[in-house]
Amino acid sequence: MLVNRKLILAHFWLAFGVFGVALTLGAWQMFIRSPIGTWLSNPELYYRSLTAHGTVMGYVFPTLVAMGFGYAIAESALEQRLVGVRWAWTGFWLIVVGSVMAVIPIALGRASVLYTFYPPLIGNLFYYLGVVLVVVGSWIWVALMSINLRVWRKAHPGAPVPLAMFANVAGSYLWAWTAVGAALELLLQIIPVAAGLKNTIDAGLARIFFSWTLHAIVYFWLMPTYIAYYTIVPRAIGGRVYSDAMARISFILFLVVAMPIGMHHTFADPQVGAGFKFIHSAFTALVALPTLLTVFTICASVEIAARLRGGRGMFGWIRALPWDNPMMLALAFSFVMLGFGGAGGLINMSYQLDTTIHNTQWITGHFHLIFGGAIVIMYFAIAYDLWPHLTGRELVDIRLIRTQLWLWFIGMIVTTFPWHWVGILGMPRRMAYFDFSDPAIAPQALSVTFSVIGGFILLASGIMFIIILARGMRAPQADAGAYRFALAVHQPTTVPVALNTHALWVALMIALTITNYGYPILNLATAAGTSVPAVYVGAQ
Amino acid sequence: MSAEDTHGSSVEVAARVERRWTAIAVIIIVAMALLAAFAGIHQATMPQPRVETTDPSRLHLSGEFVESNLGSMLEANGNVTVRAIGQQYSFTPACIVVPVDTPITLRATSADVVHGILIQGTNVNTMLVPGYISEQLMRFTRTGDYLMPCQEFCSFGHEGMWGKVKVVDKTNFANRAKAGGRLSCVGQ
Repeated sequence: MLVNRKLILAHFWLAFGVFGVALTLGAWQMFIRSPIGTWLSNPELYYRSLTAHGTVMGYVFPTLVAMGFGYAIAESALEQRLVGVRWAWTGFWLIVVGSVMAVIPIALGRASVLYTFYPPLIGNLFYYLGVVLVVVGSWIWVALMSINLRVWRKAHPGAPVPLAMFANVAGSYLWAWTAVGAALELLLQIIPVAAGLKNTIDAGLARIFFSWTLHAIVYFWLMPTYIAYYTIVPRAIGGRVYSDAMARISFILFLVVAMPIGMHHTFADPQVGAGFKFIHSAFTALVALPTLLTVFTICASVEIAARLRGGRGMFGWIRALPWDNPMMLALAFSFVMLGFGGAGGLINMSYQLDTTIHNTQWITGHFHLIFGGAIVIMYFAIAYDLWPHLTGRELVDIRLIRTQLWLWFIGMIVTTFPWHWVGILGMPRRMAYFDFSDPAIAPQALSVTFSVIGGFILLASGIMFIIILARGMRAPQADAGAYRFALAVHQPTTVPVALNTHALWVALMIALTITNYGYPILNLATAAGTSVPAVYVGAQ
Repeated sequence: MSAEDTHGSSVEVAARVERRWTAIAVIIIVAMALLAAFAGIHQATMPQPRVETTDPSRLHLSGEFVESNLGSMLEANGNVTVRAIGQQYSFTPACIVVPVDTPITLRATSADVVHGILIQGTNVNTMLVPGYISEQLMRFTRTGDYLMPCQEFCSFGHEGMWGKVKVVDKTNFANRAKAGGRLSCVGQ
C-alpha cells in the first residue's frame, strides 16, 4: 500500500540526481590525477571536487536512499498510511536546504576540508551548518520510523513486526546514534571555531569523535542493501527466506556491534593507546559475524529458489537460477564485491596488517568496492524493483537494466583492483597529481590508467541508470499491484520479545559505545594543552 | 509419518545447519582476534602504545623538536633516533638518512595541521597529529632511496609534500656521525 509515492519519488530522485553529479566529479578526479590527464594548474580545484564528491556520496546520497526506502517499507510492510507526512516533507526540505548551503562554500573553495573535516583545518561556517541540516533532516526520518512502528504495534499487539520494518527501524536507530559522534565534533569543536568564537581546537579528540561516526556510518549505508537481500531478493527470484529469526539476529548484531569499533581507523594515530586500539580491532572482527550469517542465509534462500525451479545436484542448482532477472544479477555482483571488499576489510581492521596500507589508495579502493560496489548496486536494484509501484508504469528496458548492472560491476572491478594494487606499492590517498616521471612512481602509471578506464565505465553505467529511471516515468501505465516482501520458509506466527523489539539492543549499543569510547574521550577532553591553533582554509 | 512430522524435522535440520555455520563463523572470528593478540604480545607488533603531547606553537622555541635537534642521531647503544616534523607542505628534514640493519626510533609531530608519514615499500606508516608525538620503531634491511609522501590531506599543497629516506651502509653512517650533531642528507 504505497500512498505517499510522491514523497518517496522525491527522495529517490534527489538521491540519484546528486549521485549523478558526484559520480561525474569522481570520474574527473580519477582522470585528472592519472598519467593520461594533464597536470592540474590549480590543484585546489581537485580538493573542491573531492570535498563535494565525498560529502554527497557519504552523507546526502545514501541518507536519501535509506529515507525513501524507509518510507516505502513503512507503508508497504506495515500496510498502513505513513503517519507524519508533513514532517517527512520537512525533513526532505531540510536536506535540500542543507545540501545547497554546504555546496556553495565548497564551490567557492572555502570549504576544501574533505567530508572527513580534518581539523585543525577549518572551512567556511556554512559548510558545517549545511551538513548539520542534512543530519537533522534525517533524524526526523528516524523519529518517524519509530512512531510509525509504534502506531502499528498498538493496532497489532504482540504480532511479529514484519522483517523489513524491523530491520529498517534498526537501521534508523543505528544512524541516529552513529551520527552523534560527528555531531559532537561539529557542535562542540568545529562550529565554535568556524564561527570565530574560538581559535584553537583539539585535533586528536576531533579524530576520535569522527571515528565514532566514520565506521558505523558504513553499516547505515549497508542497511538498505541488507534489507533488500533478505526481503526483496527471495521474492523477486521466486524463493523463500531460509530463516526469519537469523535475519533478525543479523540486524540486531549490526545495531549492537557496528558502533563501538571506529577506532580501527586510528591505529596509526598518536592520541590513543594500544589497549583501546586492540579492543576496537577485536570488536571489528565481531562485526564480520552478521555478514557471515547473512551470506549463509541468503545463499540458502537462493538455493531454495533454484530447487523450486527444478535445480538439482550439489552445485547444479546454480544453473537453474533466473539469471536474466536483474535482481538475481545484482545480488550475484553484490556478493562477489562484498567478498573481495570484506576480505580487504579484514586486513584494514587488523591490528598488525593495517600499517602496510593505512591511508594508501588501497583504502580508497576498499571502500569504493564495498560502498560503491556491493551496496550501491543493490540501491539500483531497489530502485528498479520499486519503480513500477511508485510510478504506476512498467519498466520495459530489461535488457538495458541488465547491461547497466553488468557495466557497474565490471567498472567497479576495473577501478578498484588496480587501486588496491598501487596502495600496496605505497601510493598515498587524496593527491591532486602524481609525478609519474619519477622512476619510483612510474611503475604505478599503468595500474592508475586501468583504474581511470574503470571510472569511465562506471560513469557510463550511472548515466544509463538515470536514463532508465527517467524513461520509466513516461512508460505506458500498468498496475504493478501491491508491493510485497519475501516470506520466510517458516513464516513466524510469534516472535520472542527480544527479536521483535529494539529497546534492549539500543541500550546495549549505547552501553558498548560508552565502554569503548568513554574513557578515551574523557581522557583527551580533560588533558591540558592539547588544543592547537586553527588553520582557516582560503585564508592563506 | 504425518505431514506435521516432516515439517517438524525439516525445521530441526534447517536449525542444525544454521547452528553449524554460526559456530564456524564464531571460530573464524575468535581465531583472528587470538592471532592478533598473540602477534601483538609475543612479537610486539602493535600500533603506537603510548600517548605523548607537545605544543605545536612552541616547537621551534624549545624541547626535542627545535630545529637543531631534527634529523638522525646515533645513540650510545648503537641505535638511531630520528626526529622530524611535518608542516604545510614539507617535512624537516626533507631527506632523512639512516643506517641499514639498525634499530631506529622515529619520533615525529606536526607544526600545524594533520599530516602523515608513509615510507613506500615498507610498513612504516603513522599519522602526525598536531599536539601529539608519534613514535614508530623501524629497521631497514636494504640500502637505497625510499619515497616518503605525506599520506593525509593537509590542504591545497598536499600533493607536493614528498620527503625521502636514504638508507646507507653502517660504516658510512658511523663515519658521518663521528662529528656528532644531527644528520640528514645534506652534505651527502
